[in-house]
Amino acid sequence: MRAWINRQSLLVDYTLSALARHGGRNLGLFVVYSGIVFVLASTMLFTDALRREARLLLAHSPEVLLQKLKAGRHAYLTREDLESLGQVRGVSRVEGRRWGYFYDPVAGANYTLMAPGVDPPDRGRIDVGDGVARARGLAVGDTLSLRSAAGGLFVLVVGRVFSAESSLVAADLVLMHPTDWEAFFQLPGDVFTDAAFTVDNPQEVRNVARKIGERLPEARVILREELLRTYASLFDWREGILLALAGIAAAAFAILAWNKASGLSADERREIGILKAIGWDTRAVLTMKMWEGALISGGAFAVGFLAAWVHVFHLEAALIVPVLEGWSVLYPRFVLTPAVDAVSLLTLGLLTVLPYTLATLVPAWRAAVTDPDQMMRGTE
Amino acid sequence: MIFQKSVLALLFASAAGALGALAAGPHALAVWRHWDLETGRARQLRLERRSSLVSTGMSLLLVVQAVTLLLFVFNADRMASQFVGAMCAVGTLQVDGFGFPALIARIAVFFGSGIWLAMNAVDGRCRDYPLTRPKSLLLLALIPLLALACGLELAYFRGLRPEVITSCCGSLFSSGSPAVTGDLAAWPVERAMPVTFVVLGGAACLSAWVARHGRGGLALGMAGLLAFVVALAGVVAFVSLYVYEDPRHHCPFCLLKAEYGYRGYAFYVALFAATAAALGAGALAPFAGRGRSPASAARLQSATRALGGVALGGFLLVLLMTAWQITASGLTLFPHG
Repeated sequence: MRAWINRQSLLVDYTLSALARHGGRNLGLFVVYSGIVFVLASTMLFTDALRREARLLLAHSPEVLLQKLKAGRHAYLTREDLESLGQVRGVSRVEGRRWGYFYDPVAGANYTLMAPGVDPPDRGRIDVGDGVARARGLAVGDTLSLRSAAGGLFVLVVGRVFSAESSLVAADLVLMHPTDWEAFFQLPGDVFTDAAFTVDNPQEVRNVARKIGERLPEARVILREELLRTYASLFDWREGILLALAGIAAAAFAILAWNKASGLSADERREIGILKAIGWDTRAVLTMKMWEGALISGGAFAVGFLAAWVHVFHLEAALIVPVLEGWSVLYPRFVLTPAVDAVSLLTLGLLTVLPYTLATLVPAWRAAVTDPDQMMRGTE
Repeated sequence: MIFQKSVLALLFASAAGALGALAAGPHALAVWRHWDLETGRARQLRLERRSSLVSTGMSLLLVVQAVTLLLFVFNADRMASQFVGAMCAVGTLQVDGFGFPALIARIAVFFGSGIWLAMNAVDGRCRDYPLTRPKSLLLLALIPLLALACGLELAYFRGLRPEVITSCCGSLFSSGSPAVTGDLAAWPVERAMPVTFVVLGGAACLSAWVARHGRGGLALGMAGLLAFVVALAGVVAFVSLYVYEDPRHHCPFCLLKAEYGYRGYAFYVALFAATAAALGAGALAPFAGRGRSPASAARLQSATRALGGVALGGFLLVLLMTAWQITASGLTLFPHG
């Protein structure tokens, strides 16, 4: 074993000095390779971080949500509905929620207007998300005029602007007093947009949801785990599509690598010829060339991955955001938590290092098996 | 659900393995038919030159196959959250009918690759290449296996539909299940435990003997295979119960979950490595006395010793981990013992 390690370390030593001698030749390849790793790694790091954010966010959402439907369209729940649903065995709490969408032509954006059941703002005052504040240039104490469902102007005073940390959930949010909400949307006091259920026993959530659905057969019942599953599938799919597209670039790169590795320079030919003439066998030359590929791969992988890390976690993934996040006027600004898992690294390695190594194997072997005199004369 | 990064990487690795083996097939066949180190004919020289390419390329691809077995299982466990009814890798593997066949084919590829890599490593160190022909034959046998594994994996991933309601491990690994997994779960602990310890202990003793003397590889290969099967049966029958501290939870896949400290990975990596080393020693055994030169014979013996050492380390780790699970668990299955 020690002999093997000694042999490999000497080969690495020789390969490094050879690379230093022919540095310029591999520079272009190295840059393109790092670029491919950068795109793939940015995609993976970003979607992994988004998945994690979604998981953390939904961990605090209610286990079951219910929306009433009439003829397949959304309908309001009544207080009687909520009382009936609250009696379902397994439901520890049911909360009727009141919210609606409002299109603001000034900002060209949709707001979510909500009347919280607990601790609402005072009458005539609102709390706004940082996206709304940004779109309308609002600060605490400013007034916001919105055209209500009745057609009149509704003037509200900003009592609080939510911090940027809550942007992921609150960018488009406007919280108001329930009475203001009813007056704004011209709705009676005992209707609710949807209902949120708390179920204490996680093993029973599915059964409880089934029983809730039986009480209001036309309603749509949404489970938290379904939301999580949908988010995971959505991010996985977007990530996969981008990776598949980047895979085409990786394939083009593999062809470039093959081409590059096939065309040895006169210096390299002479060097291999001399090595073989002084007693290196085919396997040693092949191993040396494989080490050359591994060192280029490893270097490009490290550079590309580090650049992707900086891009995603320090530069807000500016280059890939439009493809992966979706689009909205009031898009939340948020900072992702840096993290990486072993599976992502292994997957990235498989998708980048393996194609390169395979693409350079045959040219490396061709160089290794050529006769030394042909190599030195330059006839091969 | 093909458009997922791990799925894409797994399919790429499988396809590369199958295509690489297929491309190497004609060379393997030519080596099997015409390899003769005594002659200096042009064909022999061509075969020798090409052998270095095939052996390097296949080594790379087969190492990747071995590593991706781990990724395949981890991915199945991670995807469980996307299917209704799935609690661990079992649920994901049961979403369509190709999950478990794909896993079994991958395990077969893992052991086939392990044997080929062991033979290739020894062959490359001997000046007279005593294993070149047998390893070519093994490569020819691996081609359909790699193609099958790739095809099953593709069918499995294509069949993954998020709307499918799958069943969890509780239904497959319970004593009431009609499948063989049900029989394993129903294996009485008082019988399963001594049998597992005796077989694993026997395999470890035999590994120690092989590691010391460099002989007996064939027996170790058979013992290793038996120990592998018995250890897996033991996991279902009783190890899992002690880990989960639940006398009804027999799943061998939940061991891989974070809530049990990923301890299944340590257990299975040790078991798979030990079995692969034992099988490798078994594969070298028929050629132990046939080295063309004393130097080759000595290399074969030293490789058998090294493989015996790896098998010994692996089986000892499996034994220690099993004993530790039992003693550290809060579950008591024998209150009067």
